[in-house]
Amino acid sequence: MADTVRDNDLHPTDTLLGADELVLNMGPQHPSTHGVLRVKLKLDGERVIGSECVIGYLHRGVEKIAESRSYQQFAPYVDRMDYVAAVSNGLGYCEAVEKLLMAEAPPRAQVIRTILAELQRIASHLLWLGTHALDIGALTPLFYCMREREEILKIFEKYCGARLTTHAFRIGGLQYDAYDTLEKDVERFCKDFERRIQEYSDLLTGNSIWIGRTRGIGLLNAEDCIALGASGPILRASGVKWDLRKAMPYAAYSQYNFEIPVGTRGDTYDRYLVRLEEMRQSRLICLQAIENIPAGPIMARVGKVLKPPPGEVYHSIEAPKGILGYYILSDGGTQPYRVRIRPPSFINLQALDKMVRGHLVGDVVAIIGTLDIVLGEVDR
Amino acid sequence: MADESKAPQSPESSQPATPGATPASPAAAALPSPAAKPAAAPPPPVQVPLENELTRRYRERFGRAILDAIEDRKQAILIVDIAQFLEIARYSRDTEKFDLLEDYTAVDWPRREKRFDLVAQLYSFPNNVRLRLKTAIGADQTADSLTSVWPVANWLEREIFDLFGIAFQGHPGLKRILLPDEWQGHPLRKDYDILQQDTAWVRENLGIESGQ
Repeated sequence: MADTVRDNDLHPTDTLLGADELVLNMGPQHPSTHGVLRVKLKLDGERVIGSECVIGYLHRGVEKIAESRSYQQFAPYVDRMDYVAAVSNGLGYCEAVEKLLMAEAPPRAQVIRTILAELQRIASHLLWLGTHALDIGALTPLFYCMREREEILKIFEKYCGARLTTHAFRIGGLQYDAYDTLEKDVERFCKDFERRIQEYSDLLTGNSIWIGRTRGIGLLNAEDCIALGASGPILRASGVKWDLRKAMPYAAYSQYNFEIPVGTRGDTYDRYLVRLEEMRQSRLICLQAIENIPAGPIMARVGKVLKPPPGEVYHSIEAPKGILGYYILSDGGTQPYRVRIRPPSFINLQALDKMVRGHLVGDVVAIIGTLDIVLGEVDR
Repeated sequence: MADESKAPQSPESSQPATPGATPASPAAAALPSPAAKPAAAPPPPVQVPLENELTRRYRERFGRAILDAIEDRKQAILIVDIAQFLEIARYSRDTEKFDLLEDYTAVDWPRREKRFDLVAQLYSFPNNVRLRLKTAIGADQTADSLTSVWPVANWLEREIFDLFGIAFQGHPGLKRILLPDEWQGHPLRKDYDILQQDTAWVRENLGIESGQ
């Protein structure tokens, strides 16, 4: 027993380390943890037998801040949670407050919101693909993905002046109407993008190193996904054909045809295929949406000072990373009584422990990548 | 003011008041009446009692433990007794097929006798419906952990424990998750000021006088 070490922090049930076991700290300053995630790995040789995530390094108390801001003032804060998909965060928040006000954005605003949200999904998936491939050792896709992502960010910049933390939407609709060449820009991007997705696919899908590093890694079956609350592409890769855009349509999604891609095995490779196909589907949604952007106002009449009737609302959307929910309580005042954000990254990250057990340390990097977490959203 | 027990009644009480008030205001300003009309119409109550098959089954099964069933902006809410919260959760998953605990959080009502509300957002994949379970809990009470029903509750309960200071019985490893383990105070409580912090912790661990 002399060579056992106590580590009370790791797992209350198995705190004793055997002779071949050690605890390895990964992060918070580690390039493949995509931010400031610290993972304590309990290893037997190079095999992971337990893990614990240490998070909170980016905690800014977003939910607390909400309670001392007006509804409009809080909107830019949500952009800073999942900062690679700010448009989606804003969409969820604006729609939740609109529900609380029992107002609805005009059709034109809905369609423009849908276009931008789908472009954002592509941009978020591109960043994921580039960095995920880089983590595993493929350098080239990063440059390709960044190149296309740049085109999307340029569209955002032309639309609202910002590239990342866009604050693109307002409660009740939009502040800016579509600029003159928005449809053309989106069309040009989408036309070109089909070929680009094929390029990524050519680089990776049949690549034996890629398959070797991702096939059978980080398995998560449908049952575990649901029990652990994992949503978005992770859930779909496990074979659950479920997408909030279809199940409970919001914005203008009910008007468009698109498929929900699903995987069969629930491993890292399937999640890659699902996200790749999701980009194709988002592209199709954009192409359908720009064909017919209805004319009309872009802002509902919600008033300058928002005082929602007392009560509460929960609204969630299919963000690029999964279910993004907002639970907002109003006491009738100008500031929300409570804003609760259900972040997809935070809840998906909880599945990490289940996914890494039994794998090698090198696979942990692949599994963190496949979860597609953004620490700004995990810690809020 | 927006106390949960009062909320369903307040629209009822405001309804008789508004028709009495409406004739007075359009009479004073007759000309802009078309514009004033939507504002003058009595607003429909936002929270109404909920009576459907689902709530009937819950009431049949749990009787007095279902304290109230309301609908707020077309969203179903069940207010239940904390003593039976775990059984109701298990029944929701097993019989009513609410297989996903989408979110689990708390709300602080410092002036209320039972200070906190625990709020669980349930979703059913087979039926594509949502249900919100709410239960009031006092500051000195502990709640039964839902981790045995929905494993996702693990981190969500740790977050509630961290930010509200509500303890959960039967949780496999209840400790802070976002704030440092030694931090004093629970920031999402209403009596925790927005600029407040654990100054001693900041001084000791960051070597600065203030994190602000």
